[in-house]
Amino acid sequence: MAAPIGLHLEFGGGAELLFDGVKNHHITLPDRSDPWDMKQLLVWIRGNMLKERPELFLQGDTVRPGILVLINEADWELMGELEYQLQDKDNVASQGYGQEQGLIKRVTLSSQCPDGIPREIVD
Amino acid sequence: MEERQTSIAQLQSIFTETGFPYFIVPLEKVFSLPTSALIPGTSEADSSHSSYKLAVNQYTKENQTLREEKVVCGVSQLRIEDCSAQQTLALERLFSSLKTLTAKEEMLQMLRQHLILHVARENNFSKVMMGESCSRLAVKLLSNIAVGRGAALASDTGFCDLRFGDVVIVRPMRDYSSKEITFYSRIFRVPSVFIPGLDTKNHDKASIQSLTERFVTNLQADFPSTVSTIYRTSEKLQTTKTPQDQSAASDSKCLLCLCALDAKTNNASAFNATLISEQLSQRKLREAAVDSSRQCCVEDQTCVPGVCCSSNRNPAPTELNTFVCYSCGLMVRDMEEENSLPSYILTEAAKRQSRSLQKQQIMEFLLEDDD
Repeated sequence: MAAPIGLHLEFGGGAELLFDGVKNHHITLPDRSDPWDMKQLLVWIRGNMLKERPELFLQGDTVRPGILVLINEADWELMGELEYQLQDKDNVASQGYGQEQGLIKRVTLSSQCPDGIPREIVD
Repeated sequence: MEERQTSIAQLQSIFTETGFPYFIVPLEKVFSLPTSALIPGTSEADSSHSSYKLAVNQYTKENQTLREEKVVCGVSQLRIEDCSAQQTLALERLFSSLKTLTAKEEMLQMLRQHLILHVARENNFSKVMMGESCSRLAVKLLSNIAVGRGAALASDTGFCDLRFGDVVIVRPMRDYSSKEITFYSRIFRVPSVFIPGLDTKNHDKASIQSLTERFVTNLQADFPSTVSTIYRTSEKLQTTKTPQDQSAASDSKCLLCLCALDAKTNNASAFNATLISEQLSQRKLREAAVDSSRQCCVEDQTCVPGVCCSSNRNPAPTELNTFVCYSCGLMVRDMEEENSLPSYILTEAAKRQSRSLQKQQIMEFLLEDDD
């Protein structure tokens, strides 16, 4: 007997490309007899939110290696990974950190130019 | 085009917050690079310890005054409108002439490096810091071996890249895995912009680089020591300094990546055997290619004047390979039209070819060092 759970989902680091480019989602999971856990959330995301290429986000039961999942700003490995029971108002963030979804695509700095002031080039 | 503008606007807002001067250079600028981008410069004499201290003191003083005055450092910015549509077309032509995604990624990497080098030289920067993480370098190490750039591993993945003489490329982030960086950015709310690359949303086996990346990432999930093992191995790599390298002869360096030419081996090597078999199988195709290159000046309107129409003809496709290392040669061979390369590469290749011809002509009059 779980009440509908409201969650805030965030996708970043390239993962948002699979969700139409939208980074923040507020969703409400419907009523269920068993409490919601991460495994079922992933299945729900696959069915309801993933617009394309599910294999880039999910691999079997769990997320693909290269995607970091944070529950309330803590690594989900600390919370029990797939077995974590979701609670109302949880914040679940998925960040891609693989190379093609790199956060810092390319940051270039340079220093020690003749007048001693460091400058920054980013492309 | 609009996506480009939005990304640039986002990047600009992040950069102005940092307060450092920034440069946004479109890749099309590659077509207006001078040939000096391919030539290693001479470095100044190493500064002694005392002058380093002086420089640091001076910097902290200047920084304080800057903060007091709240002056925004001179921001020089190349607007996106500066690159002409012709250059964009030429860039598209260049990338569409490369058949495989692997070669495209290699080409992109090389062009970016030349562009960064050129901007650094223009503004008198002596050092350039790249933001490659440990994980990214581990993937780069393995994929470089797979594409044939094993000889340049120490410069490509090491901390310090001294190939270019006057500009030193350092990689300060190579100690941190991408997971750590992600956590840090998340917790400290570092603003970031994600720009889709060549291999985003592509099939995993589309290129050697993405295949390697998938392999390493998957292995890392089960064996967390993968990336650090690869990193430790790369730390032990060093380039050997042969007397030939120190003579700074540009002929002994690859045209494109400036690492030592490794394709000049003796006649009994396996590499030579592959070359011979390739020549034998392509003999008929080569005659057709030479005919078409003669017509290029007439038909092809995007030829850069001064290159095709001068007395120096563009080197025939097989001749460019003598000036590049093995992996750059593979990339060049993958191209359907070599003339779509930016003009600075073609002119430098023509110059080297004429130089080698001259050397052959006066060979008997030259005194070697060991005479």
